[in-house]
Amino acid sequence: MSRDHLRRRDLLQALVAIGGLALSGCDRVASAPPFRSLLDAANSLTYTVQRLLIGAHRLAPEYSEADISPAFRPNGSTDPQDEDYLNLVDKHFADWRLKVHGLVARELSLSLEELRSLAARTQITRHDCVEGWSCIGKWTGVPLAEILSRAGVRPEARFVVFHCADTLDDGESSVDPESTRYYESIDLIDAAHPQTILAYDMNGKPLTVPHGAPLRLRLERQLGYKMAKYIMRIELVRSVADLHGGRGGYWEDRGYEWYAGI
Amino acid sequence: MAAMPTHDLPTHDFPVAKRWYRRHAAPVRVTHWINVICFTLLLMSGLQIFNAHPALYVGERSDFDHPAMSIQAHLSANGLVGETMILGHSFDTTGVLGVSNEGGQVSRRAFPSWVTVPSFQDLATGRRWHFLFAWLLVLNALGYLVWGIASWHFVRDLLPSREELGHVGKEFLEHLRLRFPRGDAAKRYNVLQQLAYLLVVFVLFPLMILTGLTMSPGIDSAVPQLLTLFGGRQTARLIHFVTASSLVLFVIVHFVMVLISGVWNNLRSMITGWYDLGNPRTTDVA
Repeated sequence: MSRDHLRRRDLLQALVAIGGLALSGCDRVASAPPFRSLLDAANSLTYTVQRLLIGAHRLAPEYSEADISPAFRPNGSTDPQDEDYLNLVDKHFADWRLKVHGLVARELSLSLEELRSLAARTQITRHDCVEGWSCIGKWTGVPLAEILSRAGVRPEARFVVFHCADTLDDGESSVDPESTRYYESIDLIDAAHPQTILAYDMNGKPLTVPHGAPLRLRLERQLGYKMAKYIMRIELVRSVADLHGGRGGYWEDRGYEWYAGI
Repeated sequence: MAAMPTHDLPTHDFPVAKRWYRRHAAPVRVTHWINVICFTLLLMSGLQIFNAHPALYVGERSDFDHPAMSIQAHLSANGLVGETMILGHSFDTTGVLGVSNEGGQVSRRAFPSWVTVPSFQDLATGRRWHFLFAWLLVLNALGYLVWGIASWHFVRDLLPSREELGHVGKEFLEHLRLRFPRGDAAKRYNVLQQLAYLLVVFVLFPLMILTGLTMSPGIDSAVPQLLTLFGGRQTARLIHFVTASSLVLFVIVHFVMVLISGVWNNLRSMITGWYDLGNPRTTDVA
């Protein structure tokens, strides 16, 4: 992931792009490479300013039981039809293991029982979808920081990647299901945040399939698409460039911002 | 746009040199036009974002069954019907809202393709444009604010005096009769302009920026007071939409006033700064 900020070249390209804007249609400008790099620069600026402004440990607002949404809307995959996943559902996830690997001192393989035996955190938080709506739910799970400290993060690691069980139908008939597999990545600042948890319970009950059973991420200072569901393995990497489309997530590969705090 | 003409000025009883007045300072002109570009693109990309979930709610969370406002499409015996609901009142808005033409196809979309950026449904690109131009708008506004305070522009040009405030009613009637100030009286914004610009600069734009920030889950963790101020994230989204609509209304009135009070004179003064004061009406000179 390139985190370069507004560079002189970008600014010059920006001026050219804005000039072009007046002459041609917005749709054409939107897909022109110079304008894309300007849009990336704006997202980098947002990331940098929010990181400076918010600080690493500020908590997202937490709510009361009375605020919980009666009907929490599931989004993205809600009923994965991938065979391996359906087999896990059949056995109530008894065969499921969370694998932690990549740039770690010790690889981990944890069952749902083992995860449930670790110290848990419960939080009632607001889930903001990129589409604009919000729902409030109660989540219980293991802080990601706890899992990462057990695995031992190697100093060269920069991103935590969540690989998921679901593949999405993106409208294009892809031959390779791996090309539509859901995945997400976050930086180590968010990974260490106390509200960043691997949730197995929602509103006091085990996660249901529409909400990402058996395990989903809660990342309370960013939008819903960052919060991977159906997590199978967690990988620590130096760069996300070699994964799938190279932009750090399923939706990021399809044009959405990697930093979704806005 | 031509600069101050130097020939063929008709002879009037009012001295020629006094008719040309430098009405707008350069910072006002530059920030005005940057603002025009930013607001246009923010509006169009904002409507693209709205189209991803065309419903507004009150409170922190979305009560999907009871939106305060929504734009929907549904299938009836006569085909696709666009329905706009505001506070429980429904209107058939087929053709514009809910159902409209997109590239020759009748399609389900809240706002039509000719007011969104991009024209086709693409939330990701809409968001990226929105945030880019939001940055430009905020930087432009900061420049304008700093200059406006340092140069006394706000105090001198926008703040109405007690005397001017007393003329609101008279000024309003004059506007209705399409009689606009000329001569020395046209050197200053009239009191209706002052009030409108103060509302836009110090109420509507700040509201847009603050409610926009309140929708950011990142900002909410840094400044949770914003949620208290606006009554929750979904209310902030509703206020963002209503305020944007108010700004559109302002722009329409602004357009009409520019057109009917001398379009070339107004445009020239906002581009070059020079405004033709014309001959004062006898009633304007004391």
